[in-house]
Amino acid sequence: MSVEELIKAAGIHEAVNDKNTGRLIINRDKVVDSNVIPGLVIDAKEIKDGVDINFILKENTIIENPVHLCFGVTDKEAIQKIIMNVDIRKNSKISLIAHCVFPNAVDVKHIMDAKVKIGKGSKYSYFERHIHNEEGGIVVIPKAYIDLEENSRFKTEFELLRGRVGTINIDYEITCGKASVMEMTTRINGRGNDYINIKESGNLVGERSRGVLTSKIAVRQNAKANIFNRMIATGDYARGHVDCKEIIQDNAVAKAIPIVEVRNPKARITHEASIGSVDSKQLQTLMSRGLSEDESVELIISGLLS
Amino acid sequence: MEILEISNLSLSINGSHILNNLSVKFEKGLVHAVVGPNGAGKTTLGFAVMGIEGYTEYTGDILYKGESLASMNIYERAKKGITLAWQEPARFEGLTVENFIKSSIKNKGRDVVEDALEKVGMNPDEYMLRAVDKGLSGGERKKIELASILAMETELVILDEPDSGIDVASLQNIFSAIKFLKSNGSTVILITHSLEVLKRAEHAFLLCHGTIIAEGSINKISKYFGGKCIPCDHKNIPEE
Ligand SMILES: Nc1ncnc2c1ncn2[C@@H]1O[C@H](COP(=O)(O)OP(=O)(O)O)[C@@H](O)[C@H]1O
Ligand SMILES: [Mg+2]
Repeated sequence: MSVEELIKAAGIHEAVNDKNTGRLIINRDKVVDSNVIPGLVIDAKEIKDGVDINFILKENTIIENPVHLCFGVTDKEAIQKIIMNVDIRKNSKISLIAHCVFPNAVDVKHIMDAKVKIGKGSKYSYFERHIHNEEGGIVVIPKAYIDLEENSRFKTEFELLRGRVGTINIDYEITCGKASVMEMTTRINGRGNDYINIKESGNLVGERSRGVLTSKIAVRQNAKANIFNRMIATGDYARGHVDCKEIIQDNAVAKAIPIVEVRNPKARITHEASIGSVDSKQLQTLMSRGLSEDESVELIISGLLS
Repeated sequence: MEILEISNLSLSINGSHILNNLSVKFEKGLVHAVVGPNGAGKTTLGFAVMGIEGYTEYTGDILYKGESLASMNIYERAKKGITLAWQEPARFEGLTVENFIKSSIKNKGRDVVEDALEKVGMNPDEYMLRAVDKGLSGGERKKIELASILAMETELVILDEPDSGIDVASLQNIFSAIKFLKSNGSTVILITHSLEVLKRAEHAFLLCHGTIIAEGSINKISKYFGGKCIPCDHKNIPEE
């Protein structure tokens, strides 16, 4: 049964058994299970190679339990296209956990195309966790355009730490309205011939809008990572920060191309980047506590990516 | 019985002589202090014993329990029973205090970690899950590093300036941790230029321009701190 397999792969038994926790489980191009809770409207339409989802949270709705989404593929070969239109109406609050699991994938392409609008005064958090297998045959192409209205808060995390990455090509763009706050974090662990390409853009348009883009990447063996982070501040008193940390080992290659652009003398953006091998002081400290070099490197990387 | 015996140790970095024909013996189970002015070579001596990168090319010998350390890397020296706390501890982004301390004790449990934190005056509930990075002050990271060494229960502990960045209230925690190391049978080497720290030792060495120029009781070596140094080849030999 595909539902069982996906629930197991995502590790969400508890959430699935709770009547008060919203969920939507998709296998390839079929909605296989869902639980819609009051205040939430989920309209999922099956299309060719995928699902087109309209996701609406009504005004003044506070959803306490995180809503679980599972975008899985149990087939070995498939294309999965998820189109998401997220409309969080004003003064509402929700957090989503998306589990992207491809337990049997040999040649699977997962495409996500999202438009997200966060209404005035609303809070939205989206945590996407990928669990891949060891085949390396997965191509992930997430694309999102996010629009934050006045006083809204948006927080997203993308995590791909388990299994081989395969190829990932992230393209996120976010526009922040007046006094809105965004945080975007990406944590990816690549090896073999994994290829990681991240493009994240933050537009701090509104006055007093704030944003942080954080990328934490570890690559080893022959993996490659390219990070293009871009933050533009135009609003009065806008504040931004771009942070990129990449640890490389073996023959891996990491590139970071940050662009920070400020078009308003009242605004300010800071930027921090470090790319390279494991810090030698950290490494030597752990070795002096009796850890081997490999154990030390593992621990340092697991901390960075946590 | 000496646990560490250093003979005729000379170490140069980029052509400048940092340690010059230095000989010294450390007795098993004692708390020693190595004092001296800034730039004397105290940290370099500690790094040479630990095998820190950039400090392994020396002439002379360092014997630990009679065995030369020359061919061993840091990990191998740690396995033999040597550890070192840096003057400025490293920051570990994202690594929790709990996992940092646990790493040094392999199979021992959470209670050992909590106990070690309490020994340096830190509340485990408050610190266990925090990361050992810029969210903690230098003094806090120093105490956490000391806690990891207490938990480790190893034989030779080198503490480089254990009081630097430590507030007055926490100083007592550092001193009681030194006592604990002693009571646990560890040999301690305190690298310091502080009289307060020197007083916690049982035997002291004065290091000047890369060599040991005097050794003896705390009383004798502490005269150095009273400004009683007399002019000499090394500029700083204390009066007898
Ligand atoms: N890696 C290094 N490269 C260049 N000079 C060094 C290095 N390490 C130490 N030194 C020099 O060696 C001398 C002794 O340094 P150090 O051992 O740190 O002294 P102390 O700890 O007694 O203050 C200083 O003059 C210092 O500048
Ligand atoms: Mg020093």
